[in-house]
Amino acid sequence: MAKITMIEAVNQALSQEMARDMDVVLIGEDVGIGGVFRATEGLQAKFGPTRVFDSPLAESGIIGTAIGMAAYGLKPIAEIQFNSFTMMGYHQLKNHAGKLRSRSRGRFTVPLVIRTPYGGGIRPLEEHSDSLDTIYSHTPGIKAVVPSTPYDAKGLLISAIRDPDPVVFLEPTKLYRTIKEEVPDELYTVPIGKGIVRQEGKDVTLISWGGMMKQTLEAAELVKEKGISPEVIDLRSICPIDTDIIFSSVKKTGRVVIVHEDFRSCGLAAEIIAELNENMLTDLIAPPVRIVGFDCPFPLYKLEDYIMPSTDRVVSGINKAMSF
Amino acid sequence: MAVTKIAEFKVERLQILDESGNVDKELEPKISNDDLKKMYYCFLISRAFDDKCTNLQRQGKVGTYAASKGHEAIQVGTAFVLDKKDWIFPSYRDSCAQLARGVPISKLIQYWAGSEWGTDDSKERNNFPMSISVGTQQLHAVGAAYAAKYRGDKAVTLAYFGDGATSEGDAHEAFNFAGAWKTPTIFICQNNQYAISVSRKTQTAAQTIAQKAIAYGFPGIQVDGNDILAVYKATKDAIENARKGNGPTLLECETFRIAQHTTSDDPTRYIKKEVLDEWNKKEPIIRFEKYLKAKKIYTDEDFAKLKEKAAEEVKTEIEKGLASIKVNPDEIFQYAFAEMPDFIKKQQAELHEVLK
Repeated sequence: MAKITMIEAVNQALSQEMARDMDVVLIGEDVGIGGVFRATEGLQAKFGPTRVFDSPLAESGIIGTAIGMAAYGLKPIAEIQFNSFTMMGYHQLKNHAGKLRSRSRGRFTVPLVIRTPYGGGIRPLEEHSDSLDTIYSHTPGIKAVVPSTPYDAKGLLISAIRDPDPVVFLEPTKLYRTIKEEVPDELYTVPIGKGIVRQEGKDVTLISWGGMMKQTLEAAELVKEKGISPEVIDLRSICPIDTDIIFSSVKKTGRVVIVHEDFRSCGLAAEIIAELNENMLTDLIAPPVRIVGFDCPFPLYKLEDYIMPSTDRVVSGINKAMSF
Repeated sequence: MAVTKIAEFKVERLQILDESGNVDKELEPKISNDDLKKMYYCFLISRAFDDKCTNLQRQGKVGTYAASKGHEAIQVGTAFVLDKKDWIFPSYRDSCAQLARGVPISKLIQYWAGSEWGTDDSKERNNFPMSISVGTQQLHAVGAAYAAKYRGDKAVTLAYFGDGATSEGDAHEAFNFAGAWKTPTIFICQNNQYAISVSRKTQTAAQTIAQKAIAYGFPGIQVDGNDILAVYKATKDAIENARKGNGPTLLECETFRIAQHTTSDDPTRYIKKEVLDEWNKKEPIIRFEKYLKAKKIYTDEDFAKLKEKAAEEVKTEIEKGLASIKVNPDEIFQYAFAEMPDFIKKQQAELHEVLK
């Protein structure tokens, strides 16, 4: 057991799964030299250029060829350098990756992982800060997970690699190197579709995942000082969503604040609120609150702190839920 | 400073059996009489399948149907060279190729009549489900070919697509990836001159589609797509080359769509009768018959009998296939994921509520 960062945890999961399973191959732009964030550092030297290989610069090509590899029987892990660029291959993801099992009645399947760094806060160029969570949850046949800790990053990535269906693995760039924690050296899995209670409380349920867990946990600490007891859920999977963990918490608190970076309209917060309305309307004491990205184009970096949910906005959301 | 020539390219066209039935003896591939008979019968089955499906669509028994008519030499000529371990990645235009690859008529008809069970689920051969989104399947062929190469299998992959598909970004990416990775992929462009109503000349300023391969660093050749012998030979050469580890080939097989785009289309609005008449003279079945007659394999009488036999077989098998379609709404949910997640189970239960 060693203290490592999320990017190191990703690297470790890739390396150990590749050592365990010859069918696992890595494909993407610059993965040969270790990738722009160094997630695949050292892997080409260890496993050779036929297992860790650079693709030409084309995201649809990466996803499309990875689908072919997966259908053949390999377990490709495709890196799309930044979240926004998955859109260039979205038709491959939606029309083929998510449908092939159904279209072929199980004859062909797509055990594919698409790893993609996502989210704002790292002052990059345009189109490098998107958090397109909802799109994956809205795409049939695809699962999507978002770790917020090094431990979960390793365990969820191993689960994603072993999953028989396509999994989009979203990596919060902002958290790549900011948290270090003890991560077991051996292989382990974190189940897909299961959230985790990061902090127990009784007054209000805070739901978030990935890059927004930092702001959510910070806000939880701040309101505790004022005598509010928040329960914090890290959803970890955004498809399937662990509604059980949400329902049992909201049953207790009756108040809920959902925090995500993705845009507000038709975002995952709206879906979670719809689930709450359908299943536990009478348990709600206050209208659910959304602290999410504004429905506006993600700006250049001088303004990025204003479009992304901040700790202050989460605190204000908690106060709104509490004061109803 | 001087301008120097740094590269020179040429584009070749292959024809072995011409419209009048003349054969280039030097290039003529060695195909056993038995195989020639099988190939011819495959042409007839495909043509009968097209006719029957088109009729059944008019009666509302089959959905929108895209005929292979006119593409038989390309699809049979390529499919017959493949081994079972090889993979095909067809589009909607390629029923004929699927039939040639051994997909039963009674199976294939189910796809056109609206059931997923009409995709080939046999593990005996590797036939990918037909791609409806134009030009997206070539990438799968390149990926599967990479996997075959990675595993050390000698399998090749073959993707069918049309002239219109070559304008898609995915087609470019597939050619480029295949060239860069030197994958054992055969690209079969069926240039039938039209993408619905958009002509080949409107589609691209390139003189040929074959020449596009040059830019990606692998061979491209134009083939008379109505000439079964040329298609067979070009495919065989390309496959042998791919199996040796020499990478992909693009075959531009030139033909004409002598049918509608699909049953929803009326080509008389944009294709002149004279043009169609010209191409009908060159069509692949008539040409193949000239060859078979010259080789004394069949007589005109045999052709007529075989056509009758094929029509009868198609009729019986289609009826059998249509009668065997089972509609099970649970399948919508069952095949979304390997293991049904709770949220899908709940949605399935919702449908069950109203179906009670």
